[in-house]
Amino acid sequence: MKQRSAHRILCVSTTWLLLTGVLLSTVACERKSGGATDTTGDILVGFYGSLTGDGASFGQSSREGAELAVDELNAAGGVLGRQIRLLVEDDQSKPEEASNAVTKLITQDKVVAVIGEVASRRTLAAAPIAQRYQIPMITPASTNEKVTEVGDYVFRVCFIDPFQGEVLAKFAYNDLKARKVAILRDQSQDYSVGLTDSVAQHFGRLGGQVLPPVSYSSGDADFKAALTRIRGEKPDVLFATGYYSEAAIITRQARELGMKMPILGGDGWVGDALQNGREALNNTYISNHYSGDNPDPIVQNFVNAYRKRFNREPDAIAALGYDAIKVLADSLTRAQSTEGPKLRDAIASADVPGVTGQLKMNAKRNVDKPAVVQEVTYAGGKVTFIYKTTINPG
Amino acid sequence: MRVTTKLLATAATIGLLLGLNYLFEHGFGDFRINAYYARILNLIGINITLAVSLNLINGLAGQFSIGHAGFMAVGGYSATFVTVYYGSAIAGLFGSSLDEPAGAAVVMLVSLVTGAAAAALAGLAVGIPSLRLRGDYLAIVTLGFSEIIRVIILNIPAVGGATGFTAAIPITNFFWIFAVAILTIVIVRNIAASTFGRVLATIRGDEIAAEAMGISTTRYKVLAFVISAALAGVAGGLSGQLFANPLNPQNLNFVRSIEIIVMIVIGGIGSISGAVFGATALTIMPEALRRLDQQFPGLRMVTYALLLILMMIFRPQGLFGRRELGWAWLRRRGPAAPAAAIK
Amino acid sequence: MDTVLQQLINGLSLGAIYALIALGYTMVYGVLRLINFAHGDVYMLGAFAGYFLANALDLDASPSIAGAIVVTLGAMAICGVIGVLIERLAYRPVRHHSRLTALITAIGVSLLLEYGGQVVFGANPRFFPQMIRAEVYSVGGVQITNQNLLIIVVAIVVMFGLQFIVHRTRIGKAMRATSFNLSVAKLMGINTDYVIAFTFALGSALAAVGGVMVALAIPRIDPLMGLMTGLKAFVAAVLGGIGNIPGAMIGGVLIGLLETWLGATAYSTYRDAAAFAVLILILLFRPAGIMGTATVEKV
Repeated sequence: MKQRSAHRILCVSTTWLLLTGVLLSTVACERKSGGATDTTGDILVGFYGSLTGDGASFGQSSREGAELAVDELNAAGGVLGRQIRLLVEDDQSKPEEASNAVTKLITQDKVVAVIGEVASRRTLAAAPIAQRYQIPMITPASTNEKVTEVGDYVFRVCFIDPFQGEVLAKFAYNDLKARKVAILRDQSQDYSVGLTDSVAQHFGRLGGQVLPPVSYSSGDADFKAALTRIRGEKPDVLFATGYYSEAAIITRQARELGMKMPILGGDGWVGDALQNGREALNNTYISNHYSGDNPDPIVQNFVNAYRKRFNREPDAIAALGYDAIKVLADSLTRAQSTEGPKLRDAIASADVPGVTGQLKMNAKRNVDKPAVVQEVTYAGGKVTFIYKTTINPG
Repeated sequence: MRVTTKLLATAATIGLLLGLNYLFEHGFGDFRINAYYARILNLIGINITLAVSLNLINGLAGQFSIGHAGFMAVGGYSATFVTVYYGSAIAGLFGSSLDEPAGAAVVMLVSLVTGAAAAALAGLAVGIPSLRLRGDYLAIVTLGFSEIIRVIILNIPAVGGATGFTAAIPITNFFWIFAVAILTIVIVRNIAASTFGRVLATIRGDEIAAEAMGISTTRYKVLAFVISAALAGVAGGLSGQLFANPLNPQNLNFVRSIEIIVMIVIGGIGSISGAVFGATALTIMPEALRRLDQQFPGLRMVTYALLLILMMIFRPQGLFGRRELGWAWLRRRGPAAPAAAIK
Repeated sequence: MDTVLQQLINGLSLGAIYALIALGYTMVYGVLRLINFAHGDVYMLGAFAGYFLANALDLDASPSIAGAIVVTLGAMAICGVIGVLIERLAYRPVRHHSRLTALITAIGVSLLLEYGGQVVFGANPRFFPQMIRAEVYSVGGVQITNQNLLIIVVAIVVMFGLQFIVHRTRIGKAMRATSFNLSVAKLMGINTDYVIAFTFALGSALAAVGGVMVALAIPRIDPLMGLMTGLKAFVAAVLGGIGNIPGAMIGGVLIGLLETWLGATAYSTYRDAAAFAVLILILLFRPAGIMGTATVEKV
């Protein structure tokens, strides 16, 4: 009885497999030789990001920046005489879905390049796909070092965590004269963990004292316990290396506990919900990719165009999405082709003035550009980032 | 005679899978499978293993566990850990390397076995205290354990923490995924048709009566739990070593566990064919609904949730109920189910 | 020492929030033997309802106590209705199916509210208007905000109110009767459908209060906020003895204190797991909870 059932099920499953195989070969097969890239019609560019889930704010910002850039380019006649079409896929804030989305964009939709993602862990998941199929990927805002180490088809237009950490450490030590700092980090976000390590390392190197970091998880709403403990150590400066939602609450609760020292954060603070911090945001600073009040026409044009189209102020992530497309377009023009290898080489030698600074691709496929430190203020219901200083790499 | 038939069947299946794997990777003449479909197919295979193994504990034994993602995590991380830190060494022992099929196969085997063992241990650790509880409480406790496992993994830097964890050379392929899937189906089916399965069915029907009849219910429940956990661990090992599919504690949370539960609920708790169907349908569905998501982001998940609720209201036994797909198409029943199985 | 006191205050505040939500869980479980997974999401909806009401009344520009009360009552009413709707549409059809079916349905409703919330409200967190200007009182070396105090006071008031309803009113008696034995209660002439609907409405209203209170103190609200908080509140309910009202309060406070204490130690990263560890320990050693009575399962 036992053997017959086992035998039976083997037969049944084999039949299933064969059936599926037949079905698949009719639906899912393609020609190996096929796919000489389309030389007429729209240029297809893929975009993947978190349009839903906990990364949604970033996903939407970067998408809007990218779409703005695409529309401007198309209005000016397109690239290589063709219009650009941006194919957008949602990854639900999950790395697995990011891979699904990118696989689809590259192998099904046959895009010539992929823009995305903001969160490093999702970019790390999907980048190998771009590398394997030799389709260039440009990440607008993933700051983890390892991202561009995946392969020579992966590029970024933002600075990397180690640099951002250095910027913050230098600012705290030199400008704020801090000698003892505490760090509150989001252990569930690789961005925060990486930035924390970098800040600690650089601040230590400058000769300051770094208290052991205290951790929380994304989505936490109550930091009083951790803050109380930090309060007891009396640091000169507090770093909150996580994202904007928690940063807002951290600053508020810190002030409620009577902690008046400067609070510093990274570009992850840039998001609508930072507003929650209200008056607590005064006396805080962030390192950022760009400053919206920079009078440079390239920045102001972007800010005005974005404001007009989306009815709100652009954030750094949107600016980076915009810049990523600009770099891609410039590279397409220089390469005079949409073929993967040629496009890749063109991107590798990119030197484009962007909203977030001069985007000159270096040998590691990162950009050497300075970071700005901004002071955050809250007045009349609005958060404003005021430019404080620029810190150059090296 | 029986043994020979079984051996032949096994050899034939392995041969077939190897052949298909070759076709998968190298194509046929000028044709090959599109990478997107290939990826979905691989994900289906992994989900089949997850769903069928969950069915062992939720369906056959009637114990409601919402902790499957936790076992997947334990197994997945252990397996990937072995490959990442010891992979080259192991391949080297056999005079090969991770790049070559022989070396990769050996490492895969070792890593999957490790994953299974680790997950089995976790299953033991979770099962022994939990399985004294019933129904809702068991559900919440398993959920709790799964979350604890997740938080612990998040705090281990050696396995990547929040950044994710995967092997530099992804060694999972079609063969392994479907070999494991078929093996899982065979194991669960054999258990279901055996004395052990009958005991489980009795426990599912009325636990107190079973206990009163002298069956040591905890022992059998724990055994089923351990086997189920081990299989989930193997699935995790396969998943983490699939190309462009790193393990991430954020995504091995209880939402993942619930997704697997939805698979077996749609197919029919207690039916292996149902689990296979559910796994396939629910892997394809989110991809098929991408168009919908582009208009209204998030509608996919809402559809999921509605599906679950409507199924429970109108057809709680799922598509297949307790029935299986066999030669006697749809007329066959699964192992004898006491009348009061689903009240 | 002031750090310890401060942590105590922090813990009590947090615990009061869990207690408010746990009360709803405990009531529904008591009457229906159903873990209403969606309860945490009703709490989220309460916060959102409060958000829209408060914005409609433009309370950010002109905060007032009266406005806050109106908003809270409004949120309670809205969530009460939502609770009844959920019961009627999703739970009643499966009431006579197995408990597992009901549990899965509850999970489904929870997912629906969360992801539906993301579709309707957008996934981005919103900031709750400050209906009452925050003030910090310094007592000794300890900082207490007026919001903290409000939460604690409201939770206590609510608990007494609930005890009154359950033990001193007719509907409360009907609730208790239904929780003992639904079929017999029906035979006694109690309209059990009405009682159950009332229980849901009451529990949901309580969750709404919790949502508004929390949003005041920690103004970030998003559709997924009910997930973790709801689970921890459930643990609190079990800890205190599920079905027991003072138990829910005690459980909530204990979980709040535990989380706060852990958050202040080197094990802060395990905070989330702590609540579950407590749950497991409780269910192993004293499944009835602190205040519960052990029930003998009849064959």
